[in-house]
Amino acid sequence: MNYYGLVDGSDASLRNFLRTLSGVDQIGAESRAAMLATRSIKTTAKNWAIDLAISMVDLTTLEGADTPGKIRALAAKAVRPDPTDSTVPSVGAVCVYNDMVSIARQHLDLIGGAHVRVAAVSTAFPSGRASMAVKIQDTQDAIDAGAAEIDMVIDRGAFLSGRYLEVFNEIVQIRALCGKKTHLKVILETGELVTYDNVRKASFLAMLAGADFIKTSTGKVSPAATPPVVLVMLEAVRDFYEMTDRRIGVKPAGGIRNTKDAIKQLVLVNETAGPEWLNPGLFRIGASALLNDLLMQRMKMRDGYYPSPTYVTID
Amino acid sequence: MTTFEYAPALESRSIVTIKPEYGHFINGAFVDGVDHFATINPANEEILSRIALGNAEDIDRAVDAARVAYEATWSKMPGKERGKYLYRIARIMQERAREFAVLESLDNGKPIRESRDIDIPLAGAHFFYHAGWADKLDYAGLGHAPRPHGVAGQIIPWNFPLLMLAWKIAPALAAGNTVVLKPAETTPLTALLFAQVCQQAELPAGVVNIVTGDGRTGSALVDHPGVDKIAFTGSTDVGKAIARAIAPTKKKATLELGGKGANIVFDDAPIDETVEGIVNGIFFNQGHVCCAGSRLLLQENIAEEVLAKLKVRMAKIRVGDPLDKNTDLGAINSAAQLGKIRELATSGDSEGAQRWSPACSLPKNGFWFAPTIFTGVTQAHRIAREEIFGPVLSVLTFRTPAEAIEKANNTPYGLSAGVWSEKGSRILWATQQLKAGVIWANTFNKFDPASPFGGYKESGWGREGGRHGLTAYLKSAEAQQ
Repeated sequence: MNYYGLVDGSDASLRNFLRTLSGVDQIGAESRAAMLATRSIKTTAKNWAIDLAISMVDLTTLEGADTPGKIRALAAKAVRPDPTDSTVPSVGAVCVYNDMVSIARQHLDLIGGAHVRVAAVSTAFPSGRASMAVKIQDTQDAIDAGAAEIDMVIDRGAFLSGRYLEVFNEIVQIRALCGKKTHLKVILETGELVTYDNVRKASFLAMLAGADFIKTSTGKVSPAATPPVVLVMLEAVRDFYEMTDRRIGVKPAGGIRNTKDAIKQLVLVNETAGPEWLNPGLFRIGASALLNDLLMQRMKMRDGYYPSPTYVTID
Repeated sequence: MTTFEYAPALESRSIVTIKPEYGHFINGAFVDGVDHFATINPANEEILSRIALGNAEDIDRAVDAARVAYEATWSKMPGKERGKYLYRIARIMQERAREFAVLESLDNGKPIRESRDIDIPLAGAHFFYHAGWADKLDYAGLGHAPRPHGVAGQIIPWNFPLLMLAWKIAPALAAGNTVVLKPAETTPLTALLFAQVCQQAELPAGVVNIVTGDGRTGSALVDHPGVDKIAFTGSTDVGKAIARAIAPTKKKATLELGGKGANIVFDDAPIDETVEGIVNGIFFNQGHVCCAGSRLLLQENIAEEVLAKLKVRMAKIRVGDPLDKNTDLGAINSAAQLGKIRELATSGDSEGAQRWSPACSLPKNGFWFAPTIFTGVTQAHRIAREEIFGPVLSVLTFRTPAEAIEKANNTPYGLSAGVWSEKGSRILWATQQLKAGVIWANTFNKFDPASPFGGYKESGWGREGGRHGLTAYLKSAEAQQ
């Protein structure tokens, strides 16, 4: 086997590759992220960034209490985030558990949302603590139900105990299941990997194994998509592109609740991976509450004053 | 809009009031000057104000006022009372931080992000830090009850106008000295605003005196027989002239002079943060930094990789209006400085080094120089030896750690150095070998009032900041005999 000509699928080649990666200096990475957070995005740039951010949202509900009704409401919101303003773009995707995929897909198609994709969390999300057979079945269910995107979790326990090939092979198998048709996002759960060195290593591991996207978090662990973590992942996709000529997407998820935070993420993308990554094909934001704040900021930019929250819909 | 173009985000100028003309601040009041000169905004050459050109009489009056304040008030005041004034000044500086930041960027040309996030907060921090020392001088390491020198004559540069003022005035006052300070010719405005802060804090008259002017004003201050101590930050040439002038006198001196800092990158460095540190080392404050990492020493086996990443990063540097909150690199402080930078850069070309700058459009008016690197530089090039004091980086390579140290120390200067490596033992080894007063590991251009700053060799005498810097304004009880 050959993965981008960089590793051959053996434990030794994977270990050797990961060892060649440069370390990440924690203080340096955090201060760079903090500096970029001071960028002041105003007027026309802000309008543009808000609409772009809306189109990048993976509108998410991952609750035990999810019901078909809740999923239909989410789907409607995804297609027409602001029912009073048709210039507001649809979001990138809805993200749900695998038993909700068919409901989401059917309802989206029914209301004219064929262009909104359905993403399913998979592989014993959020912990990843299950046998490979279960993970495969979990993923196959979602694909069969019409999921266009699979958000899988890595085995953090295996990663932290140094069994990199095990993590790698799981991703390879899920990749094979997804084929060319289904997009694969690999969730690193950076809050459990803890160090930036680990984040960089896991990013490369996931990309080599066939990820289309690398994603920070499940949203169930804190901290999640902090700016320095996203910075390190954006550096990883930029460097991977240099090596392979292939652009891998990045999806921060968890903790991005308002427009300011979302725009900070876009600034990180713009000044790290570069403007080529500033589209929903290569950058998504996993969120739920964020969307309404984006809509309220959008109204504020349009009307000059903040609307009451009753002017945006809940889902 | 198809790309993320940041719309202009200008910091408002309306918070500052600049008078059309300023006098000197002597004995607690503003007094008119005789002759005047203009101070301009280097970003557009707009005249901001007319500044008094201090002469020997002005210096005389200021030194007399400082002497009287020293004898009658400040040297007799208990340390804890002096500390209260310093705390009060620090708090007022924080309260008026935005005003100081805008004024600094207008007069100096530095980006508002830097004046707002670095210069002004650090200036305040220096007053807070030294306020704490004022009643603890017994613990400064000079034995019981050390004494101040008397009147300190202080001459500061244009690169960090308010911050350098704070480095000078805060320890002097904490130790019980009074001061006559001359701000740089091109950047007097924040010092004059600081004079207003002294009034607002009700600092006793004469404790701080500010006389504006040029080199002649400075030399009148240095030569004045009533001055007990000189503190100077600026070029090595002027530093040498000051040293000569005071050699036959009893005046004490601290000199913070030039530098040609080596930023050494070993092959096990954290690459992305290193690239960030290289940028911060040389492009921070337009490279108008005496401790800038202006000589990049790259281990040869990673030179290509680091340079490629550095160029990508440099292309993201936003050059333009200093008052735009998104500007990274502002204006060169003066036409004279721009001329000097151009002259040295041209010498780099003619001596065979390869010049590279990212594509960037520079404003028509004002003084501007694109961020620039020279590769293929050797120790024999002028741009490897002389201080450029601008956004120009000389890149050299080395093969072994020993060669890196040898090249780094092969300079008449010795102010700063940087070491980049993930290996702790290598960092400790390198820092022991380097002849530089300040050495950063895996970071660059970080400052703190508690940390002493100063140079070896032609980079100066003495230290500023921390306990070491404080003792430059004190003498032990025995030394008073």
